[in-house]
Amino acid sequence: MLLEKVEEISGENLYACYQCGRCTAGCPMTGEMDLMPNQIILAILRNDESVLDAKTPWVCAQCYQCGVRCPKNVDIAKIMEALREIKLRSNVNYIDLKKINKSYPQIAIVAAMRKFTG
Amino acid sequence: MEVAYYPGCTLKTHAKEFEKAALKAYRAIGIELKELDKWYCCGTVYSLAKDNIMYKVASVRNILNAQKEGFDCLIVLCSMCYNTLKQAQEFIKDESNLARIKAFMDEEEYKGIEILHGLELLKDKMEEIKKAVKKPLNRKYAAYYGCTLLRPKSVAIDSYEKPSIMERLIEALGGIAVEWPLKNECCGSYNIITNKEIVVERVRHIIENARQRGAEAIVTSCPLCYFNLKECQKDVKRIYPGFEEMPLYYYTELMNEAFNGKFDKGENNNGS
Ligand code: SF4
Ligand code: SF4
Repeated sequence: MLLEKVEEISGENLYACYQCGRCTAGCPMTGEMDLMPNQIILAILRNDESVLDAKTPWVCAQCYQCGVRCPKNVDIAKIMEALREIKLRSNVNYIDLKKINKSYPQIAIVAAMRKFTG
Repeated sequence: MEVAYYPGCTLKTHAKEFEKAALKAYRAIGIELKELDKWYCCGTVYSLAKDNIMYKVASVRNILNAQKEGFDCLIVLCSMCYNTLKQAQEFIKDESNLARIKAFMDEEEYKGIEILHGLELLKDKMEEIKKAVKKPLNRKYAAYYGCTLLRPKSVAIDSYEKPSIMERLIEALGGIAVEWPLKNECCGSYNIITNKEIVVERVRHIIENARQRGAEAIVTSCPLCYFNLKECQKDVKRIYPGFEEMPLYYYTELMNEAFNGKFDKGENNNGS
């Protein structure tokens, strides 16, 4: 089941979330997301597998703003990572390495490879 | 005072000017940054998957290696490397995590080592800094922390919601530090690789906020923030012709400017 898998990879207790929305309020990337961070949590709690096709985890920049603002200490960045990992571990890469602009800094390229390839 | 220093890949390539300025600026206040004899890429972003040990190996190797070279404190200048190494260090504070990761390497016992960002080293050096100033800065600067110096809380070098260490530095150098709400806001980070348009919008938002608060330049210690802000301002200008670009500096460049009375930008600005 999706929830179990997410809990296993993230190590987070999603039931702690009481849907206050502070994570979403602080997230700088919500303008680009199809599901808000708190909605992602709710969808996972419902074992709604369609969340795996959401754009949200792929635009999450691992900025940790959600986690420091959460009154229940839910580390949402880890939950986003779990969603990416579930996809990447099924041998689907999110980026085509050949298309990376190699003039960009190493920290950007290595980070993208770590977050977007399995 | 001599301290061990971990450069990371980007300070040796894209952000050479950051390193060059740092070595000079820290020397001027009596701190010699001694590069580790041996170091590896830390992996840039910390892996948040609980079961992914492999992505933490490189960081832990760097930590153990610094210890092997005889150091009990390691200074990191790149904000992203700092964050990754520091989180790895937090991870191996737990004995069982350390045991799991050590299965992948043949290294000595871990005794514990301190990992500090270069800015933290300046916290109690403000008097020395003031004394070294020859030509006080006289502009208004926005200190841009971004994410990795402040979050997660376990690695924050200062208050994670209202940091002030860079502002104190700017003021010690004779500049004026503006107060602005987006100083700890994400620039979009590695989205530059996959979704550049997102970063372009973030950059516009961040620069305009700094400008509204009166800033004439941005100061940072993150080579990725630096690159994203620099690179994307050109796109912002293309989309919004009225937009004016704002200059960017590494904090070490500002130190040199104030210490030497002239600005020395360094020759490396490739790729942007
Ligand atoms: S801030 Fe925490 S408790 Fe509130 S909705 Fe987000 S995850 Fe749930
Ligand atoms: S870590 Fe991701 S989800 Fe959380 S605030 Fe940052 S971008 Fe949003």
